[in-house]
Amino acid sequence: MSTATTATTAGTPGTGIGGTGTASVRSWKNPIILSVVALVSLVVFALGAPGNSVTFRLSQSSDAIVLPSIVVSAPIVGWSCALAMLALAAIAVLLTRAAVRTPTWLIAVFALLFLVAFLTWVVGSARTPNVALYGLLAGSVTLAVPLIFGSLSGVLCERSGVVNIAIEGQLLFGAFAAAVAGSLSGSAFIGLLAAAVAGVLVSLVLAIFSIRYLVNQVIVGVVLNVLVSGLTGFLFSAVLSEDSQRWNSPPRLPVIRIPILADIPVIGPILFEQTIVGYLMYIAVAVVYVALYHSRWGLRTRAVGEHPKAADTLGVNVNRMRFMNVLLAGVVAGIGGAFFTLVAVSGFGRDMTAGQGYIALAALIFGRWNPIGAFFAALLFGFATNLSNVLSLLGTPVPDQFLRMLPYVVTVFAVAGLVGRSRAPGASGIPYIKG
Amino acid sequence: MSPQDENPPAPASGNSASSRRAARENSEQDERRVQEATETADGELPPPAAEATAPVPEPETDPESDPQERSLLYRVMTGSALVAFLSVVLSLILGGILIAVTDPEVARASSYFFTRPLDTLSAAWSAASNAYVALFQGSVINVRGTSFTSVIYPLTQTLTVATPLICAGLGVALAFRAGLFNIGAQGQILIGATFAAWVGFTLHLPAGVHLLLVVLAGMVGGAVWAGLVGVLKARTGAHEVILTIMFNYIATNLVLYFLSTPAFQRPGSTNPISPQLDSTAVYPLLLGSAFRLHWGFVVAVVATVFVWWLLNRSTVGFELRAVGANASAARTAGISVSRGYILAMAIAGALAGLAGVAQVSGTEQVLTSGVAASFGFDAITVALLGRSSPWGTFAAGVLFGAFRAGGVTMQASTGTSIDIVLVVQSLIVLFIAAPPLVRALFRLPVPGAESTGKRGKKNKGTPTRTPASTGAAA
Repeated sequence: MSTATTATTAGTPGTGIGGTGTASVRSWKNPIILSVVALVSLVVFALGAPGNSVTFRLSQSSDAIVLPSIVVSAPIVGWSCALAMLALAAIAVLLTRAAVRTPTWLIAVFALLFLVAFLTWVVGSARTPNVALYGLLAGSVTLAVPLIFGSLSGVLCERSGVVNIAIEGQLLFGAFAAAVAGSLSGSAFIGLLAAAVAGVLVSLVLAIFSIRYLVNQVIVGVVLNVLVSGLTGFLFSAVLSEDSQRWNSPPRLPVIRIPILADIPVIGPILFEQTIVGYLMYIAVAVVYVALYHSRWGLRTRAVGEHPKAADTLGVNVNRMRFMNVLLAGVVAGIGGAFFTLVAVSGFGRDMTAGQGYIALAALIFGRWNPIGAFFAALLFGFATNLSNVLSLLGTPVPDQFLRMLPYVVTVFAVAGLVGRSRAPGASGIPYIKG
Repeated sequence: MSPQDENPPAPASGNSASSRRAARENSEQDERRVQEATETADGELPPPAAEATAPVPEPETDPESDPQERSLLYRVMTGSALVAFLSVVLSLILGGILIAVTDPEVARASSYFFTRPLDTLSAAWSAASNAYVALFQGSVINVRGTSFTSVIYPLTQTLTVATPLICAGLGVALAFRAGLFNIGAQGQILIGATFAAWVGFTLHLPAGVHLLLVVLAGMVGGAVWAGLVGVLKARTGAHEVILTIMFNYIATNLVLYFLSTPAFQRPGSTNPISPQLDSTAVYPLLLGSAFRLHWGFVVAVVATVFVWWLLNRSTVGFELRAVGANASAARTAGISVSRGYILAMAIAGALAGLAGVAQVSGTEQVLTSGVAASFGFDAITVALLGRSSPWGTFAAGVLFGAFRAGGVTMQASTGTSIDIVLVVQSLIVLFIAAPPLVRALFRLPVPGAESTGKRGKKNKGTPTRTPASTGAAA
């Protein structure tokens, strides 16, 4: 029975980002949302299904191992998915009537069915009902790389009790520094290093103002984003664009291909054909996860973020712990920023991070302040963005603007608690004053 | 910054007429205070009222016990007005350094810095000062103007630019007082502008009625868009920072979509641009056709008065502030926190919608996806600089309006990128948010410190009451 736990845990005032401030009972929310989505799916994906078949390509013809393409009939997939979703919604209603919380697996299966039905419908209605699934997935991971770094930065900060809205600024400054240092030195790796340093610089300001001077952390974050945007924009027009050959033409990071493993269909290129930033991303997720949950440092970090007074009583220096975590977060986000100028495109552009830092923040909440969760949430956002790119190329009946809205709408649904309640670290956003 | 920053909500503060009205609302218990208030109506203000209206909340120490507390110089030096002033100066200096460092003349002179260091310095000085002079001439008074009109033209331009900033800034400030961080002014302006513009070019009504409907439509548009966030926040507990940011992106795409539909797109055009608004739907010019200043500015002033009244003199405002100060305590006291959130966001959205009206019905007179410029984001810094008080926000809006208007002139005449304005603005907000840092930099005494020996560096880590409470406000 979820009511009691909801009431007790949600009783704390929601100070952290994503913290739930209400103590209302929401037991009927999930079944209602599921039913509505299932009915809409029935109307759109089943009744409105295009009559043709849809082709999902799994590999290129030039690949070492060529998989056959999946060809499905749009009406059959639409109807079976919609009916299955209706069934799941009915189960959720019955469970809620029996005072059982809707299980997570049910929502996961439901979301997967929705995705399959949506993909089949939208690709089926396109001018060319044929999509390269491998490209769609690989592109999603690529787009998710900065998001994952950004949300890891958020995890490190928020787990220690500091709200990090400045992810956007860290990414942008990282991108800027990588471009400039990479161009001046001619080495992409020095650019990468500079990006990490730039991320730390932004973090340093965040830490000094929010930990030392006790300024509201959200304010510092928001203002830092404006500051970095203005600073990089100013330097871009005053210096970089004056002599872009010298200042803004960084070399790109080489793609490192691991010989045999990269030949595995679909997942091979995703996991084993990346730049160093891509590999670092996988390593960072694993390291942060292990360190956070299985090391003394991690336990202290979480303690400082949940209950600083208790941690202080046991001899942990709360503010130093927070300071260190915020700086570390700067390293992570800075490297993520390097992705923009050393991997995605070669060169810096004004405000080129385009709000990715905020999406990373949403991914962090969607992932429930857990590195692995944030990783998958960021992948979902990357997928949504890439899908909208691919679909606008295919020529779908859905207006382009709505496709571009997709990641943001997904985020709204995510933070509104479709996947269950997410709870911020207890002390997130509250400065610690000893004594 | 936070609700606690402001004067205590005691009915007996402030001036007599309105305090009498406020006191009457609180019926029996306060009869004694009503008498006090009426008695002092024509005489001197009682000491507590004087303290409440002073720009700086006095520390808890008794003014009589410490002779230092009464010294005017001490008061000035510990006051937040001085900190604000120094923050602006410091930010301008830092911005000037940035301009100087990136100036090509300075770079050329610095190549022989050790032989003639003065060349570098004078080049740096002229780079920075030229930029700032241009900024000043573009925003306050054009000293090279030939006629009176051209001399004060920059000032009216500043007020024109300040109009949407003030409206949207008030929205952010009001939400902030209710404990909500409204990053979504940008989206609210866009949706408000969309509603207003649609009424403006689709309906053809007589003058007066038409403009009124346009203004109302803009407010409704903003209120609906922001109210949606309030509902989501109140019902699901989702954080408003994320919601409003996402709603900004959704609004941008939504407006782009609208502008591709026949209902909004200009006939015969393939660009995302709407038809021109009817002449009955636009704000009349305030000072004649020589200036661009329109009646939207007067609306902004009225909005400021309204927000001041709402926050400081109305029951609803009191409830909003209570929710912002401590949601749990407000709930215990019988105030509906959900209603507070929804209401605060809706009013904030309506104010941002007014900013949208100021754009489509004032300066732009057509709807494009860029109609909101970056006013929504600047509004956040405006509200922060104004410490979330209505008149503070107004002043900050005028200041940032000046930066923006002057920045355009500066970019045109000296080639200094207008982005420097963003840098200076954000630095100002950062410094103002951290008074201990500014005091430490300028070696000012700390308010409430017992002796002069304790001032400056030693005390900069001491938590002051102000920031400690802001952490909980977000």
